[in-house]
Amino acid sequence: MVINGKAEVPAGLWEKCQACGAMVYRKEVEANLGVCPECGYHRRIDARTRIEQLTDPGSFEEFLADLSPTDPLKFKDRIPYRERIRAQQKKTGEHEAVVVGKAYIRGRPVILGVMNPAFIMASMGSVVGEKVTTAIERSTEENLPFVMVTSSGGARMQEGMVSLVQMAKTSAALARFDDSGGLYIVVATDPTTAGVAASFASLGDIILAEPAAMMGFAGPRVIKNTIRTELPEGFQTAEFMLEKGYVDRIVPRAKLGREIARVVDYCGK
Amino acid sequence: MSSQPATNSSSNGVAAGHLGFEKPLLRIENEIVTLENEQRTTGRDMSVDIKAMRTRLTKMTKRLYSHLTAWETVQVARHPTRPLVPDYINYFVRDFCELHGDRYFGDDRAMLTGFGRIGPYKVMVIGHNKGKDTNERITCNFGCAHPEGYRKSLRMMKLAEKFNLPVVCLIDTQGAYPGIGAEERGISRAIAVNLMEMSRLRTQVVCVVIGEGGSGGALGIGVGDRVAMFEHSFYSVISPEGCAAILWRTSDERERAAESLKLTAKELKKLDIIDQYLPEPLGGAHRDPKAAARTLETYLVDSLRELRRFKIDTVLRKRYERIRNLGQFFESADAKTRAKAKAKAKAGGGDGSALARGRRTQPRLGRSPTTLAQ
Repeated sequence: MVINGKAEVPAGLWEKCQACGAMVYRKEVEANLGVCPECGYHRRIDARTRIEQLTDPGSFEEFLADLSPTDPLKFKDRIPYRERIRAQQKKTGEHEAVVVGKAYIRGRPVILGVMNPAFIMASMGSVVGEKVTTAIERSTEENLPFVMVTSSGGARMQEGMVSLVQMAKTSAALARFDDSGGLYIVVATDPTTAGVAASFASLGDIILAEPAAMMGFAGPRVIKNTIRTELPEGFQTAEFMLEKGYVDRIVPRAKLGREIARVVDYCGK
Repeated sequence: MSSQPATNSSSNGVAAGHLGFEKPLLRIENEIVTLENEQRTTGRDMSVDIKAMRTRLTKMTKRLYSHLTAWETVQVARHPTRPLVPDYINYFVRDFCELHGDRYFGDDRAMLTGFGRIGPYKVMVIGHNKGKDTNERITCNFGCAHPEGYRKSLRMMKLAEKFNLPVVCLIDTQGAYPGIGAEERGISRAIAVNLMEMSRLRTQVVCVVIGEGGSGGALGIGVGDRVAMFEHSFYSVISPEGCAAILWRTSDERERAAESLKLTAKELKKLDIIDQYLPEPLGGAHRDPKAAARTLETYLVDSLRELRRFKIDTVLRKRYERIRNLGQFFESADAKTRAKAKAKAKAGGGDGSALARGRRTQPRLGRSPTTLAQ
């Protein structure tokens, strides 16, 4: 499923590209991996679509598929957290905001994690933290490269500190993976921000990013309100992060599999 | 997530140094002053009345501070005269030797670092510095560190590791600074690297939230073998104002947000995020900084003594287990299995097959994370 901004793509045959405004044929966009055929704008795609695009057909074996969130804070909000979760589960058909498993990418076995921007903006709560951590530990045990496709609005507010400490948990697992000599590849996609950016999304041995993906720690609105000036053009994009030295390569969606395989081959695993 | 500069509560018409909810205390204090003045001018002995008033003041303070709301706690934690990291250093760190700079970019004054002696231990002290007066606050950027602050702290941790000094981290920040320079110099990466390196630092690490624990900026020096908080400090994934602005679309709901976020020391102890909370003097640390400093010093010395007893490999294994077990979730998406597990857990006989919570149950996949530790 291609996600158009916040809402999913409606069932029409034609739709407007949110970047260039061109009317594009829906099937053509899908065939083009969710990239606008006119301007090359990379739309957000959900986790299953990503896995289908990236892995060898039928090779993906998911683990921890049933892990689902509790409500540790009994969070009081306009809409109770439990209801938010239930609505998201119904909407996406997923239990949580990340999918992890073992897969083959162009014949190379890897442990793969993919965040799902369709699920509460792939915010990180206990379940996301646990699944990512387990995936890292699996990579350590099985001596396989770990590929993480990130996209996230940050820590999940409704799980409070329980979500913040998931940053420490995933990073600690990565330290052990690093000690064991494991290869960790990050694929940063739109948007990779806040708590996820300030933990596992920034710790890759190699960091690839999709074109124009938003990448940053603080939200642009927060920065604008703090410094009270306009933000420079292209601020907090993948290209900006490449220029500043925080991204290795910007890779269009169609070439991701090939690039990952290349890095895996170079690193000898 | 980061927070915006906090507004202190002095804007609500209450005399400086008093918080909005402390009005009853202010009233009694004013009465005491009036009585004392009267005694001085008229020469009449008012000591009985004054004593009674003082007793009332103590009682009232006790009553107010024994059940602060979450939002009141936030206000106390941000109190303009609450002791800061340099105050605690002055009180109990002997022979403090400040060290500057990250060796890459500059010296971030929002992060204060240096050698010092606490009790019988030589340690590395790392802490946020909010600054005392306006000038200092500007120099220190109100305790909001940039990437160079986190890299500076990491440099000092590595130094401590090399020379076998334990690390003491004192947390007091609204959050990492949300600015253009911070993003350009990789604030995400700086914090992430700290989290990773602190988890495997081969020396003892003790962390205490002394005031504000603002999100990633706090956690960036908050991974350790022991994590504690002062009773009236808070630690949160996002500021109550920020949370209210996102969820209720108005910062007026900050009280409700503070409550929902479970950001107080007592709540976080219940959630197993921290090991313990340190009691504060009556009416908060700012009313008796010396006493607060004694409590903190005792806690640090005790924790270090305990940690120094173990081999460093044991310390590291336990640190990993501690971090590894943070979080809670259902192992099954099936509502019936979940309900059963919950009921079982409630009855005390939970085997954790479907409900994994905190450090109480064994992780899944038929192995324990400790096997990985060796």
